[in-house]
Amino acid sequence: MEGKAVGINFKNRASKIIYHCFIIVFGFIMVYPVLWMITGSLKNNAEILNSSLSIIPPNWRWSNFVTGWKGFGGIGFATYFKNSFLVSGLATFATVISSACVAYALARIKFRGRKIWFTAMLCTMMLPAQIILIPQYIIYNRLGFVGSIIPLVLPHFFGQAFFIFQMMQFTSGIPRELDEAATIDGCSKYSIFTRIILPLLKPSIVTTIIIQFYWKWDDFMGPLIYLNKPQTYTVSIAIKLFADASSTTDFGAMFAMSTLSLIPVFLIFLFFNKYLVEGISTSGLKG
Amino acid sequence: MMNDNIKKKMCLNKILHNDNTVGYVFAAPFIIGFLGFTIIPILVSLYYSFTNYNLTTSETWIGLQNYARLFQDTRFLKSVRVTLIYVLTSVPLKLIFALFIAYLLTKKSRGVTFYRSLYYVPSLIGGSIAVALVWKELFSTRGLINSLFISAGLEKVSWFGDQKMAMIPLVLMSVWQFGSSMIIFAAGLKEISPTYYEAAKIDGANKRQIFSHITLPCLSPIILYNLVMQTISAFMSFTQAFVITRGGPNDATNFYALYVYNQAFKYYDMGYASAMSWVMLIIMSLITFLIFKSSKRWVFSEAGE
Repeated sequence: MEGKAVGINFKNRASKIIYHCFIIVFGFIMVYPVLWMITGSLKNNAEILNSSLSIIPPNWRWSNFVTGWKGFGGIGFATYFKNSFLVSGLATFATVISSACVAYALARIKFRGRKIWFTAMLCTMMLPAQIILIPQYIIYNRLGFVGSIIPLVLPHFFGQAFFIFQMMQFTSGIPRELDEAATIDGCSKYSIFTRIILPLLKPSIVTTIIIQFYWKWDDFMGPLIYLNKPQTYTVSIAIKLFADASSTTDFGAMFAMSTLSLIPVFLIFLFFNKYLVEGISTSGLKG
Repeated sequence: MMNDNIKKKMCLNKILHNDNTVGYVFAAPFIIGFLGFTIIPILVSLYYSFTNYNLTTSETWIGLQNYARLFQDTRFLKSVRVTLIYVLTSVPLKLIFALFIAYLLTKKSRGVTFYRSLYYVPSLIGGSIAVALVWKELFSTRGLINSLFISAGLEKVSWFGDQKMAMIPLVLMSVWQFGSSMIIFAAGLKEISPTYYEAAKIDGANKRQIFSHITLPCLSPIILYNLVMQTISAFMSFTQAFVITRGGPNDATNFYALYVYNQAFKYYDMGYASAMSWVMLIIMSLITFLIFKSSKRWVFSEAGE
């Protein structure tokens, strides 16, 4: 009897160890390319190209960061990072404010035509952004906005379906009794939004900030199309310049700047992991 | 006089706090945006698809010429084929992989949260240009993958020089970024009521039977969601092909979105590119419609929902 119990225990433990080993080894393989890039920022070209399997740099060459940071044609990465923060920050701010307002209207106010606008919102969620890319470009070009950050930021002031939907889901979880109590106390529909819904919407807002910030931070096609002056380039465009250089690519510097460009995203992930996972799963579950 | 003013004020107040007014005030950003940034551009592109607009000279109406040209453009036809191959291979592989990992990580065991974060890392940074550049190096002739092949006693592969091979790194990169699908699957797996599993165990079902008769049907709405979302985004793949292969060799990875981009921003053939966008919209709507239509057969919804 006892022997059997020990046997099962042993078998359980063995399968547990195999399980953990498998997950860890496989996970390591998954993140290997990322580690390779990060440590590549401490190697020179020859080391990157010849000893390509190893992730441990033979010599720690911090100089890549210095050469990379200098950027191109006198414009350094300080400028590119500033541009990226400006575009991502403005767009994120605009998305949060506008999406929260629209979500409140669609989730809480019974106005005429609400169903139509809700359906329209769902349709834009499914509509691939690239389909309206060309006409949008033509319109911005006519208005003379091409070359500025306006096309990258302006659309976000008008709400974004993905986030509106997510905030609506969250709003529907806020008890209506709160609204009613506030109405009895003399609150208007406007102050219900600012005093009740908005503060309670905080977790959803945090999720929006995280996801939108890192979408905009990683965005490549938008800046590629609309930005044409090196002073306005964002980090993603600037990194691509390393690969476009007519002479040989300086891989070390490219990886160094790539690593730096991932730091904001990693920091957000580290600190707000919980919100991010919740955001992805709730928006997905009810879609 | 005084009375009139008060009346006016009250009337104004009434209008201001009417549900219709409040609704439209708060929904205004979306309504303006929907008209200005979606409907008008779509109509504008429909108009330009019948013209030869090239950004510099003013356009002339050329009727259906752009659309007729599409069917004779062998590069276009090839890009449609290549995109379809990419979608049909990368999406199923990615979803199977995401489901497999999500299933592995449902076990209640220490470290699961950490593991989930670990597996999410590729997706977290996957959209970044930096990762695309790394991928290009990994698969280059002297890159990591080829060193692995050599140490395993295999031949070197010229990934980006061979028409048949160039698609593989792109598909692998897409599969590698399975993180958000995995998180959505994991959340769905958590929602399945444990009573189903218990009942099945009592009935003597084995693990495989439980998976195919309980887990998969319960998860089918989430599979549908992931399928639709991943299909749409796979159709729109641009950055990977633009950075890694530039559509080559010999257009073997000239994805639809990349071809549209080149027509519009390399050759400035805005009319033709608009026509291509419209055809893309029709193809995508058709595919989404087909997926939803077929879902009635395989998506299981619980009674009472």
